[in-house]
Amino acid sequence: MSTQSESASSYWRENLRIITTYMVIWFAASYGCGILFVDELDKIQFFGFPLGFWFAQQGAIYVFIGLIWAYVFSMNRLDEKYDVHE
Amino acid sequence: MSLDLLTYIFIGGSFALYIGIAIWARAGSTKEFYVAGGGVPPVANGMATAADWMSAASFISLAGIVSFIGRDGAAYLMGWTGGYVLLAMLLAPYLRKFGKFTVPDFVGDRYYSNLARTIAVVCTIVISFTYVAGQMRGVGIVFSRYLHVEIETGVIVGMVIVFFYAVLGGMKGITYTQVAQYCVLILAFMVPAIFLSMQVTGHFVPQAGLGATLETGKSVLTTLNELSVELGFAEYTQGNKTTIDMFFITAALMCGTAGLPHVIVRFFTVPRVKDARISAGWALIFIAILYTTVPAVAGFGRVNLIETINGKDNAGVEYTQMPEWFKNWEASGLIAWADKNGDGKVYYSAGNAFEGGKPQYDATGARGEQGERLTTNPSDSASEVYVDRDIMVLANPEIANLPDWVVALVAAGAVAAALSTAAGLLLVISTSISHDLMKKTINPNISDKQELTYARLAAIVAIIIAGYFGINPPGFVAQVVALAFGMAASSVFPAIIMGIFSTRMNTQGAVAGMVVGLTTTIAYIVYFKFMGGTADEWWLGISPEGFGTVGMLLNFIVATLVSRMTPQPPQEIQHIIEDIRIPRGAAEAQVH
Repeated sequence: MSTQSESASSYWRENLRIITTYMVIWFAASYGCGILFVDELDKIQFFGFPLGFWFAQQGAIYVFIGLIWAYVFSMNRLDEKYDVHE
Repeated sequence: MSLDLLTYIFIGGSFALYIGIAIWARAGSTKEFYVAGGGVPPVANGMATAADWMSAASFISLAGIVSFIGRDGAAYLMGWTGGYVLLAMLLAPYLRKFGKFTVPDFVGDRYYSNLARTIAVVCTIVISFTYVAGQMRGVGIVFSRYLHVEIETGVIVGMVIVFFYAVLGGMKGITYTQVAQYCVLILAFMVPAIFLSMQVTGHFVPQAGLGATLETGKSVLTTLNELSVELGFAEYTQGNKTTIDMFFITAALMCGTAGLPHVIVRFFTVPRVKDARISAGWALIFIAILYTTVPAVAGFGRVNLIETINGKDNAGVEYTQMPEWFKNWEASGLIAWADKNGDGKVYYSAGNAFEGGKPQYDATGARGEQGERLTTNPSDSASEVYVDRDIMVLANPEIANLPDWVVALVAAGAVAAALSTAAGLLLVISTSISHDLMKKTINPNISDKQELTYARLAAIVAIIIAGYFGINPPGFVAQVVALAFGMAASSVFPAIIMGIFSTRMNTQGAVAGMVVGLTTTIAYIVYFKFMGGTADEWWLGISPEGFGTVGMLLNFIVATLVSRMTPQPPQEIQHIIEDIRIPRGAAEAQVH
């Protein structure tokens, strides 16, 4: 029982670490590039868009999609590793 | 074939499809009615979630909003998509493992309290009714505009259709009709957008077309910026809102999205925990197809609009030279023109062309010298034209001279967007009443069959109330959208997050947090939206739309403080939390 709950809590810690990493990227792409530093990034041109504007209206959304799928794959691996998959 | 006939065929055909699916997917048990038996494949659930999420407002109004406010529109674009990242990582998998039917189920069980459950039920019902009124109205408007029937008739037809598949099929019927509705609405949005992009820039992909360079040698966005400045607007790629306000609005919309009961409940319908994550991924892809096209439609639409109205030389164009669509939409009240300087030319610039923003048409239907509809409230601004935001999507096919079948398709798409969202919301309302109130709070002894009957009855009552609001819209519908997101962000969202991620959070903390979060948010929004508060009184410059974020932060702080001063949650609750954190066993957990 104790090894089982140890394994459960280490599974949870790894999950939290993955979530934290991805949430940092989530924040940086949307709030960072799209809102806080948008004016600085606008000085860079990106395929005809000012970069900050592009992040605010398109780029952040692509990053969101990438993040969810990255999380799906990370968690599938983690579930296998700790043998908690269904 | 006439446009009317085509529109009847498209809308009629789509309705036949929805009803067919409803009959095929009848629900036989409460589990099928509430969560489609928990057996929906993740791709289908992703599509259904996307249709559920994208309402008449996303379909008809969002491009117009972005078109008229430029970069600041990003608050909606990011806010209404970023929430899915939160759902996939912080909520959906654990709620699926928990394995019950509703959001109040989780809140009530996790906080072992009927008070917490009741707060969640009230939030669910208020949020959902706020939303659904707008949807029924949307159905009515689309009908009246394209099929020339009264708005009331349109609303009633919409009610009958929703009645069919929501009451018969429950979640099962709704899910599979939503899949069909997604296909209709995305086709209806993309076809004109691709045509428009090809016409303006030669690019097949609208997302890339917005960055393209025009024949003039300038990019689309530079052209937009120059046009905007010339007409007295701010640059299109610059924001008007303050950074802090953008930040708080985006956060309130993201957390609100992740806390909306009709979105969360969709993740109860998949077979496994893993599928909850995957279906969030699909849902966001399906949503992003529309959301990343919106800025392109907004940009092209604005260039087209300004160039058509003011001419290439930006000096105005004679009213008699205006294209057909200008007069058509003037007839339906989405465009108005007052010849203020008497030169017979239509001219559009910054500022309200009419006192109070909207035109008041002459009650006798009188026409001016040029044949325009006369208005009674022109302002002294130089701008002579009122353009309703919704025109960016609704008039697109006509502005781009697309064939009639595209116009008919857009009509069917707008109806699909409104109906799919309305059905999802009505289901949540009926579930809250039959399951959370009747079964869990008032009379736990009712049988599955009785509960199902209550669910159907509640759905019928909810449809009638929603239809009533659609026919007699309360004047505050537009204002209360902020309220729905604010409530979700400041109550449901933090309560669920803390329920999963903190083993220490107890009833006292959760209830105190929800009460404080809700009351401050509601008080702030009511003060500024209904009691005449002005923008210079905003706390730290945060608009009511963004205040849900403050309410959420207060909720987190109060809940944490109160829970530290009160006893730990009982042992069995801590076991529940440990259990929902581990995926294995979700299939068994759903059988109670």
